[in-house]
Amino acid sequence: MKAIETHDLFKRFENVEAVKGINLEIEEGELFGLLGPNGAGKTTTISMLCTIVRPTSGSASIYGHDVKKEPGTVRGLIGIVFQDPSLDDNLTGRENLDFHGRLYKVPRSEIAGRIKDVLELVELSDKADVIVKKYSGGMKRRLEIARGLLHHPKVLFLDEPTLGLDPQTRRHIWEYIERLNKEKQITMILTTHYMDEADQLCDRIAIVDHGKIVAMDTPDNLKHDVGGDVVIMTVPNGGEQLKVKLEQLEFVKSTQLVDGALRLSVDKGETAIPIFMDVARQEGIAVPSISLHEPTLEDIFIKYTGREIRTQEAADGFANMHARGRR
Amino acid sequence: MPNGRMEFMGDVYSIWLREMIRYVRARSRVVTSLITPLLWLIIFGSGFSSSLSFGGPGGSTNYINFLAPGILGMTVLFTSIFSGMSVMFDKEFGFMKEILVAPVSRTSIVLGKALGGTTQASIQALMILALSTFIGVRISGTLGLGAALVLILVTIFFIGMGFVGLGISIASRLENIEGFQVVSNLLVLPIFFLSGAFFPVTSLPSWMKFLVNINPLAYGVDALRYAVTGLHTYALTLDLAVVFGFFVLMTVIGSILFRNVR
Ligand SMILES: Nc1ncnc2c1ncn2[C@@H]1O[C@H](COP(=O)(O)OP(=O)(O)O)[C@@H](O)[C@H]1O
Ligand SMILES: [Mg+2]
Repeated sequence: MKAIETHDLFKRFENVEAVKGINLEIEEGELFGLLGPNGAGKTTTISMLCTIVRPTSGSASIYGHDVKKEPGTVRGLIGIVFQDPSLDDNLTGRENLDFHGRLYKVPRSEIAGRIKDVLELVELSDKADVIVKKYSGGMKRRLEIARGLLHHPKVLFLDEPTLGLDPQTRRHIWEYIERLNKEKQITMILTTHYMDEADQLCDRIAIVDHGKIVAMDTPDNLKHDVGGDVVIMTVPNGGEQLKVKLEQLEFVKSTQLVDGALRLSVDKGETAIPIFMDVARQEGIAVPSISLHEPTLEDIFIKYTGREIRTQEAADGFANMHARGRR
Repeated sequence: MPNGRMEFMGDVYSIWLREMIRYVRARSRVVTSLITPLLWLIIFGSGFSSSLSFGGPGGSTNYINFLAPGILGMTVLFTSIFSGMSVMFDKEFGFMKEILVAPVSRTSIVLGKALGGTTQASIQALMILALSTFIGVRISGTLGLGAALVLILVTIFFIGMGFVGLGISIASRLENIEGFQVVSNLLVLPIFFLSGAFFPVTSLPSWMKFLVNINPLAYGVDALRYAVTGLHTYALTLDLAVVFGFFVLMTVIGSILFRNVR
């Protein structure tokens, strides 16, 4: 049985079609990413899977339990870290977790131990009895992640888990997420509009734009799909000669000589480089340096949507940080 | 299904517990909210006591004793409706999502919040009652002290649950805190002034009397006044039937409206 399955999932708000037919099949233990710009419909998709937004049409199920017909069962199976803050600022960290444990029927005999475990995991043990109002943004986010794990959900949803956080905290949170996914075999769906986050964390990614999935695969496959790797060789002398030789290799897709740098597009850069070096040596041409550039998810996003995700990021990040600050 | 019922009670308790932790943590607000009703009681009560006295079926009393049950009713009214605002705060600050996505029934959330608000209202009212004895208020009705206290508690519980239910109903329909304040203020003042808290309702013009008669707080204040002074306008059974009916009605309406909360 799939951990998560959706069929033509569709959501229309009054005048916005937020999600326009999403089909997903996610395996148990997978760390799956929904990558897309702001307003793409990621949060709405997750909200439908979590039973807090009712789909307009289509269906979705968690471990075979339909989100419309059995919302109660689904809620017992999942955990979620919301995009927007959702802690009680007037309670301490421990009290927030304790309340969560009660709502999810964690046995009272186990609750103290579990709270201790999750707090250690996110390194908040020494702040457990501080009122959440006094936490920093990163601490609050970590507490929310700890809370999402407290009841040992089978599926954990993470909606923009590192939005508006500083790079160091982001990296920290990535580590937690990876460890949890590997050690506890928790199926995870993560949404993000950060390319590096999706790339680093996810087993598989669905690129979402305007409520639709435009591409779905592993990050590596997606990148190969765009045109393999880019190899750049600096060739001070004999660039033209080398270019002609290398063009004859069947795995070289395209070549370009710019300012003494030879750029070659290939399927797999790792295996191409030794061959390129051999050819250069045979021709007696010196190659002082060589580098390999993998296409980024940014390239993939551009290929499928014709737009850059990055241009929106700065403005969105600011708006979102603003919203978080207000709450 | 006893197992399900146990879970339901557990959920109600969890929601209630959080409301109470927040209440205890807001100690300074709790204390300041005692000041207004006490000032009403001291200024109006002492001011008019020398010149006014009230009689009727069940005995007679001075104004401060007459007013005290009204102030109790006012305290319950204000505290209860305000605690309906906790729904508003939870929506505004995002905590509502944490509650709504949890495997708990919507009804248990409403009941937990209503019981939390009512517990707070009861504590506030009992503190007012205790403090009012220092300015001369006496439980002097025909009931014994024990029976009077039981009647006071029962009445406070029902009107408290009713008005928290009203607060939750309003909060479930509105999007922001300002809107909640406007609507609740529009309701609270007429409910308060037309409850017989300040003056006997027997000799009012008929249009006012009509409004008093459809005001559930009037029956609550009447029962409280019977407990404190022995005076009353309506039969005690009618008072209790109305406040009980109000509690049931508002809890049902609150639960239905709360289902649409996002
Ligand atoms: N409750 C709502 N009512 C109306 N429109 C909404 C609501 N929630 C989201 N939308 C709209 O749906 C679209 C998708 O939003 P969202 O799912 O939040 O995107 P993302 O999480 O990818 O940024 C946006 O245009 C947004 O304005
Ligand atoms: Mg979002």
